[in-house]
Amino acid sequence: MIRTAAWLALGLLVAAPLAIVLGMGFGSVAPGVPPVRWPIGAEGWQGSLEAWSLLFADGYYLDAFLRALRLAALTATLCLVIGFGMALGIASARPERQLLLLALVLLPFWTGFVLRLSAWVGLLRDSGWINTVLLSLGLIEAPLALLYTEGAMLAGMVHGYLPFAVLPLYATLARRDPALEEAAADLGASPFTVFRTVTLPLAAPAAAAAFLLVFIPAAGEVVIPELLGAPDSILIGRAIWAEFFQTRDWPAAAALATALLAVLLLPVALYQRLARR
Amino acid sequence: MALENLSLSVAAGEFVALLGGSGSGKSTLLRVVAGFERPDAGRVVLNGRDITQAPPPARDVAMMFQSYALFPHMSVRENIAYGLRRAGAEPRAIAARVAELVALLRLEGLEARRPAQLSGGQQQRVALARALARRPALLLLDEPLAALDAGLRERTGLELRALQRRTGASFVMVTHDQSEALALADRVALLEGGRIAQVAPPRELYDRPATRGVARFLGAANILEAGGPIPLAPETPAPAYALRPERIALVAEAPPVNGVRAVVEEVAFRGADALLLARPAGGEALRVVLPAGAALPERGAQIALAWEAAALAPLAA
Amino acid sequence: MRRLFLALGLCFLWAPILLMAAYAFSESRTPYVWGGFSLRWFAALAANERLIEAAWLSLRIAAGSATLATLLGLLLGWVLARHGPFAGRPLFGALAGAPLVLPEVVMGLALLLLFVALQGLLGWPAQRGALTVWLAHSALGMAYVAVLVQARLAALDPRLEEAAADLGASPFAVFRTITLPLIAPSLAAGWGLAFTLSLDDVVLASFVSGPGATTLPVYLFSQLRLGLTPEANALAVVLLGLAGLGLFGLAVILRRGRVETPPSRE
Repeated sequence: MIRTAAWLALGLLVAAPLAIVLGMGFGSVAPGVPPVRWPIGAEGWQGSLEAWSLLFADGYYLDAFLRALRLAALTATLCLVIGFGMALGIASARPERQLLLLALVLLPFWTGFVLRLSAWVGLLRDSGWINTVLLSLGLIEAPLALLYTEGAMLAGMVHGYLPFAVLPLYATLARRDPALEEAAADLGASPFTVFRTVTLPLAAPAAAAAFLLVFIPAAGEVVIPELLGAPDSILIGRAIWAEFFQTRDWPAAAALATALLAVLLLPVALYQRLARR
Repeated sequence: MALENLSLSVAAGEFVALLGGSGSGKSTLLRVVAGFERPDAGRVVLNGRDITQAPPPARDVAMMFQSYALFPHMSVRENIAYGLRRAGAEPRAIAARVAELVALLRLEGLEARRPAQLSGGQQQRVALARALARRPALLLLDEPLAALDAGLRERTGLELRALQRRTGASFVMVTHDQSEALALADRVALLEGGRIAQVAPPRELYDRPATRGVARFLGAANILEAGGPIPLAPETPAPAYALRPERIALVAEAPPVNGVRAVVEEVAFRGADALLLARPAGGEALRVVLPAGAALPERGAQIALAWEAAALAPLAA
Repeated sequence: MRRLFLALGLCFLWAPILLMAAYAFSESRTPYVWGGFSLRWFAALAANERLIEAAWLSLRIAAGSATLATLLGLLLGWVLARHGPFAGRPLFGALAGAPLVLPEVVMGLALLLLFVALQGLLGWPAQRGALTVWLAHSALGMAYVAVLVQARLAALDPRLEEAAADLGASPFAVFRTITLPLIAPSLAAGWGLAFTLSLDDVVLASFVSGPGATTLPVYLFSQLRLGLTPEANALAVVLLGLAGLGLFGLAVILRRGRVETPPSRE
C-alpha cells in the first residue's frame, strides 16, 4: 500500500516527466497550441530526428556545452577552495560561535536569489558602485566594462553556490577527531604538514562531494548567465531556455535537455557513490 | 580542569601512573606535558631543557591517545612511520625502524591493513608502536587500557610494563583504575582537585595513604577518627587512621584499646576470602576481610575484633 | 590563517548584500548613487501592488508545496529506509534522488511537458498557474525531505519501536507515538527547506506557470531584466530582516531545546 503510493508519486512527478522529455526530443515543431507534434499520435509513430540532427548540425550547441561545463568546473573549483577555507575556519571556531558563523554563511542565501544578483548588477554595471568609486577616486577615466563579462558571471556563480560547498565540508570538518591532528603534531608534524597529511586527506571525499554538489546544478544554470553574462556567451542552460521560450522549438529544447542529462550522468553517479558512504 | 601548585618529577626509565577520578586534573597534566595546553604559570622541564613554551612537535615526548587517534586513511605501516617521516629520516632507516617496532609489538602481517581492519588490541599496539617510533625520552599514555575488553586488559598491562623495561623510556600513564596503577607503575601520583595528594610506590600508597582523600579513593580501607567511639592506641598520633580490612582479626575477647565489639551486619563469601560488615555500638560499620577457611560468624552475631597498633596508618588530613 | 580565510569569504558573501541594503535608504532614483537618507523606497515597495500580490502568491505556494513535499517525502523516505531490498529498489532510489541532481532547466521543461501532456490526454490541469507551480515545487521539495527522513529513520534505534510493540502498541500506534515524534525534527527541517526552495525558485516557476500566476522571484527576474530599481534594494532589506529574525528565533528554539552541554574533558 505505502510502497504503491510512493511509486505513484515518483512515477507521476519524476519518471513520467523525464520520459516525456525523452520522447519530446523525437517530436517536431508544428503550428498550434502546444506548438509541437508528439512522436506518437493516433496513427502510431510519427516521430522525427529533426531536433537531434539540429543538435549536431554545427558547433553551436557543442560550444554551449563546453562553455557551460568549463564555467561549472571553474565555479566548483573556486567554491571548493574558498568553501574549504571557510568551513575549516568555522569548524575551528569555539563551539558556541559555530552556529552564528554558519548563520552568517546561510543568511545571504535567504535574501533571495534574484535580489542577490541585482546586488551584483548594482556593483558591476557602468554606473554601478565599483565604477562610481573608481571614477571619483580618479583611478580610471572611463567606466570599466565589468558587467556582462565572464568574470561577472563567475562572481555571481561563486556567490550563489558557495553555501552548497561550505555546508557539507563543515559537516565533515566539524565531526573530525581533534586527537588525530594532535597526534600528528605530537609526532613532529608542522601545522601545514598536519593539514596536508591528516586534515585534507580525511576530508577528501567530502571535498569531492562538495565539488560535484556545485558542479552539477551549475552546469545547467540559466538565471545567473542571463543576468550577469555576455549576451553572446551561450551556455547549455540558456540554450534550452531560449529554444523553449524564444524559438518555441520544444523538441530542440527537449533534445538538448536529454543531452545535458546524459552528460551529467557520470558526475551524478559519482556524487551518489560519495553521498552513500 | 585547573591544576594548582603541582610538582612532579619523573626519573629516566621510570613508570609513573597518574591516578585520579574524573575532574582530578590528571588528563590536563598529561596535555600540559605533551604541549597541547599551556600552563599559566610553572615550567615543564625535560632532560634539563625547559619545554614549557615548545610546541608539541618540538618536544621529545610522544603521546598515546585514549582513542588511539590512529590515522584512518593510512596503513599500519604508514601510521608507525609517520613521525619518522616528519623527522626526515632516510626511507631505509624508516623501513628498518618500522620492521623493528612491528616485531616488538607482534604486528607481523598487519602492516598493510587500515586501522578499521584491526581488533582493539591490535589498534592499541599500533598506537604504542607509533608513539615509540622516534624513541621519545618520555611516553605519555592516556588511559592506555581503557578501550580494551576486560579479559585483554590484564595481559596487555603486563606487556606494557615489559615494553617499558625493554625500551628504557620513561612512561607516564593516566588512569582512573587503581588496580591498573598499582600493578604497573613504579610510583603512583594520586591527583585530587588539581593537586597531587600523594606520590609513592604502590605498596606504600596502599599501606600508608597520606590523607583521608587518598584512603577513600583507594577504597576498602576503614577510616577511624582519633577520639571516635573506638578506643585507639596508635604508634604515631594523628587526627585519623586508615585500617585495612585484612589487618583486622576475629578474637575471643575485645582488648580495651585497638579492639571493639560489634554486630555482624553482612557476610559475603568471596572465594579467596570473606568480607564482613560489622557495626560497633555507636560507630560506622567496619569492613573486615577474613582468610578463606576461617569459621564465619552468622549475620546478627556479636563478635570481638582486634588489630595491632602498627596496622593504624596515620592520615594527615 | 583559518580566521583570515573565513573573514575574507564572509566579506565576499556579504559585501554586495550590505551595499545593496545601505543604498535602500538612499533618496536617489538611480540605484547605487547616494542621494541622502530616505525611506521613500520602502514606501514605494509598500505601494507596489503587483509585487505584493506576487509575494503573497509565492508565500501561499511555498507553504502549500512544503506541506505536500513533506507528506510525499515522508512516504519516500519511509520506503527507502524501511522496505529493504524490494524489486525495483535501485530504480526507486534513483527516481527519489533525481530531483536533487537534475538541472532546474531540465526539471522545469520536464514538468511543463508533463502538464501539457496531461492536459491533452485528460483535460487536467485545464490551465497552468498556481496549481502547476505548487505541484512542481512539491516534486522538487519531496526529494529533499526524503533524504532527511531516510537519514533520520536509519539513525533511529530500532529497539525503541520494538519496545513499543512489545508493550502492546499496534503498528500504527508505534508509528504515531514513537516514530513520528522521533523523526519530527527532520520533517520540520524538510518543510523549511522545501519552503525556502519554493520561495526562491525562478526556473521551475517560469516553465510551469501561466498567465496571472507570477511568483515573486519570477516577477523580480523580469523586472531586473528591464533594469534595476531601488525598490529591489528595499525589498532585500525587508527579506534580510525577516530571514535574520527567523534565524534568530530558530537559534533561540535550538538553544532552549538543547540538553545540558556534555561535560568538557578534564
